[in-house]
Amino acid sequence: MALSDTINHDLRTLFHEGRKVLDEGGAGIVNAYREEAFAAFEKAGGIPCGTEEYRYTDLLPVFGREYAAVLKRETLRPSDLNDAFRCAARDLAAWTVLTLNGHGCENNAREDLPDGVIVCSLREAALQHGDLLAKHYNRYTFPGQKDSLVFLNTAFAQDGVFVYIPDGVVLERPLQLINFLRGERDLMTFQRNLIVVGKRAEARIVVCEHTLSDHYFLLNAVTELRLEEGAKTDYYQVQNQYLGTALINSLFVSQQRDSFFESNTATLYGGLIRNNQYVRLEGAGGTCNLYGVYILDKSQHADTCTYVEHAAPDCTSRQHFKGVLDDASIANFSGCVRVEPHAQRTESFQANNNLLLTDTARINSKPQLIIDADDVKCSHGATVGQMDEEALFYLRSRGIGETEARTMLMFGFAHDVIRRVKLEPLREEIDELIEKRLRGELSKCHNCIMQCKK
Amino acid sequence: MDRKYMDSKQDTILQEVTGSEYKYGFVTDVETETIAKGLSEEVVRTISAKKGEPEWLLEFRLKAYRKWLTMKMPQWAQLSVPEIDYQDIIYYAAPKQEAKKEWEEVDPELKATFDKLGIPLNEQKALSGVAVDAVMDSVSVKTTFKEALAERGVIFCSFSEAVREHPDLVKKYLGTVVPFGDNFFAALNSAVFSDGSFVYIPKGVRCPMELSTYFRINAAKTGQFERTLIVAEEESYVSYLEGCTAPQRDENQLHAAIVEIVIEKNAEVKYSTVQNWYPGDKEGKGGIYNFVTKRGICKGENARLIWAQVETGSAITWKYPGTILKGDGSVSEFYSVAVTNNYQQADTGTKMIHIGNNTRSRIVSKGISAGHSSNSYRGLVKVTRNCKNARNYSQCDSLLLGDRCGAHTFPYLEVENSTARVEHEATTSRIGEDQIFYCNQRGISSEDAVGLIIKGYAGDVLNKMPMEFAVEAQKLLQISLEGSIG
Repeated sequence: MALSDTINHDLRTLFHEGRKVLDEGGAGIVNAYREEAFAAFEKAGGIPCGTEEYRYTDLLPVFGREYAAVLKRETLRPSDLNDAFRCAARDLAAWTVLTLNGHGCENNAREDLPDGVIVCSLREAALQHGDLLAKHYNRYTFPGQKDSLVFLNTAFAQDGVFVYIPDGVVLERPLQLINFLRGERDLMTFQRNLIVVGKRAEARIVVCEHTLSDHYFLLNAVTELRLEEGAKTDYYQVQNQYLGTALINSLFVSQQRDSFFESNTATLYGGLIRNNQYVRLEGAGGTCNLYGVYILDKSQHADTCTYVEHAAPDCTSRQHFKGVLDDASIANFSGCVRVEPHAQRTESFQANNNLLLTDTARINSKPQLIIDADDVKCSHGATVGQMDEEALFYLRSRGIGETEARTMLMFGFAHDVIRRVKLEPLREEIDELIEKRLRGELSKCHNCIMQCKK
Repeated sequence: MDRKYMDSKQDTILQEVTGSEYKYGFVTDVETETIAKGLSEEVVRTISAKKGEPEWLLEFRLKAYRKWLTMKMPQWAQLSVPEIDYQDIIYYAAPKQEAKKEWEEVDPELKATFDKLGIPLNEQKALSGVAVDAVMDSVSVKTTFKEALAERGVIFCSFSEAVREHPDLVKKYLGTVVPFGDNFFAALNSAVFSDGSFVYIPKGVRCPMELSTYFRINAAKTGQFERTLIVAEEESYVSYLEGCTAPQRDENQLHAAIVEIVIEKNAEVKYSTVQNWYPGDKEGKGGIYNFVTKRGICKGENARLIWAQVETGSAITWKYPGTILKGDGSVSEFYSVAVTNNYQQADTGTKMIHIGNNTRSRIVSKGISAGHSSNSYRGLVKVTRNCKNARNYSQCDSLLLGDRCGAHTFPYLEVENSTARVEHEATTSRIGEDQIFYCNQRGISSEDAVGLIIKGYAGDVLNKMPMEFAVEAQKLLQISLEGSIG
């Protein structure tokens, strides 16, 4: 039997045998979609293997590992994690929510949240805010998307984070979601987040990924984000994980009229990271900005796949992703802008720039435009190259050593994206992480107990 | 200017001129010899026997056929291709007339056909400087200027003739650039290919005239599967042109060709195409399915291959002329204008595979979509691990003329070497109202302005076509697009 068949077979067994545990871990509407989602997963052919979307990403070694799937909820007190971890961006003054292996934990966000704002685990939401969840859960994983891993998530996910911000509420402080992976064995886990930002409401969300033990992890996470009319959300992701971690991270954003969404993703560490970002501009006048930087070395593999769908007229989207690739790392960029037939006066721009530092690193860049309306201005660009020799000469002629000069240039290259982070403490923290990283130091956050042995 | 007014005016222009008919849609009434419909090992053997081919070529065909049976039609393109019944196609059709050396011996009907197409087969009347190989359905009708070329050692003849007269050369190069199992359509072609052109330019020879092949589908219910092989030895040069037309029919006809080009050290080949297969009518009925594999290899140092193409025809186009840059310092350029109107679909582009050091490639692709058509650019630039200092620049622009058509861009950049510089940029837009307004102000009518803007837009590519073709291409562009401005 081919490896992919074995994996699909094992997943089927796991799903059917673990059904009871899954339903105990989840609740209400979360459990209601399982059967349908697993059928869709199987109909889509199981684990993506050689498909156009995954043509540069071989998932079989990752899925082929012997995991003990964490189907059973682990109990964990927040203090366990607070002792172990303190986020370095202390001035962030954020409300924090912690998750462990995909399950929501206690959080400090209960106090002083504005009236009507809900921040809790998805499980709790299913029990206590069933109506809200029924209205929004699994509604924004666009019907057009074909990624079977999203179906797999819907079939297996039990918990995650639920955030609801009512109409007109502006969150003064950022909301920080910190996802931990920790275990005594190799683990496969699932996480499902749902964030609803009401009309003219505003939120800034920071998502951090950390691994606390040096086992192999496979986390399949799906986040659905709904922006109602005039809502505004900044969404930051800092991915700093252990080399043995595989993260499949799909973000779905559904944007209504005049809403604003900006995302900035810093991928600094991780074994295999796949960031899928699907944005659908469903109402006129929406704006969507996607930014990101990936800095890779060793045998790391990072994919950035964006799909911005202009389904309404007068929307604007911008995408800018930059990458620095060292050692034998591999990066894939696949960015797509789709303009539907009636989405006139769309403006869209997309760029992907890459620096290759060695001959063993590899980049595959695939920017795409699919345009079915005529009154549009759409462009994209992609480059692969090296540092500008003239810039290097300029710095060297001013007495800066070659290594230092190269580091400065690389830093400048990455900062081009990071400067767009509007939260100052976070921006400084990411800058610092990147600088350390470029100097060859392990760029773990301060106080992190992560011990990367390999 | 008021948008509404402009729209209504443009609609009128649109109606007026989309009436422009496909000029080459006539059928020649000539006796045609065909074999029965369908494809089997027997059919492959029959084709080979009809052409009196040697054993090794039959083996090649059979290997390809067996490979084809195991393959599936590619589905990744941005095309919706109706199911093709490969058993409902006639794989061999020949006008009952062998290639004649003397002009007087050629069937007058055929002469008239090519005269009507504007392809002079009479050497006295011919444009000086262009030698033509005319292929109708499965066979070559006539090759002009053969003797004049032979004086220089240039071989220019039909593929069948090359198999008979120069079997060693054909055997040496056939399938070396496009292997028989390269892809679904290449395997199909390798199994049933009928005729085509063979060009051999010896070492150090600069071919004294442009070589040209004119492909014509005439018989109904047939497929055309021609095969072209061009070999340019060291220090040689040739400019090769390809043109094609087909009658207007309600049914779809399949055209699956292969072009292989081998370029040795310091040699240069320029390959130009004006593709004008019947595109189907305004409702999208009929037309040619054009599924073509074209590939060249720059084998030696400093070899050069230039592709220039104007694509206006075919109901569906699936075509990616590519270059393997193997020799150090070799260069390849790709210039393309692809126009789709009505219900045409095109998924076309190029592949540049950089293997040798200091290799350079340049891609300029201009897509124009109108009507309900869909026009995609799909291109690959690959830099392999040991290829130092590769350089690529790609520019892919799309122009949308109407709100019901689509323009898509799918570039693939795969880079494995740190010394590579690869750049890609693409834009999609329509003709700006400000641009039209600017012309109007200067007394140029809206329609002329659009023509002017398109001419300028496609100019980069048209300038790369050989002179005679550039004129034809320009006209073709006008006919395909006139009035489709929305």
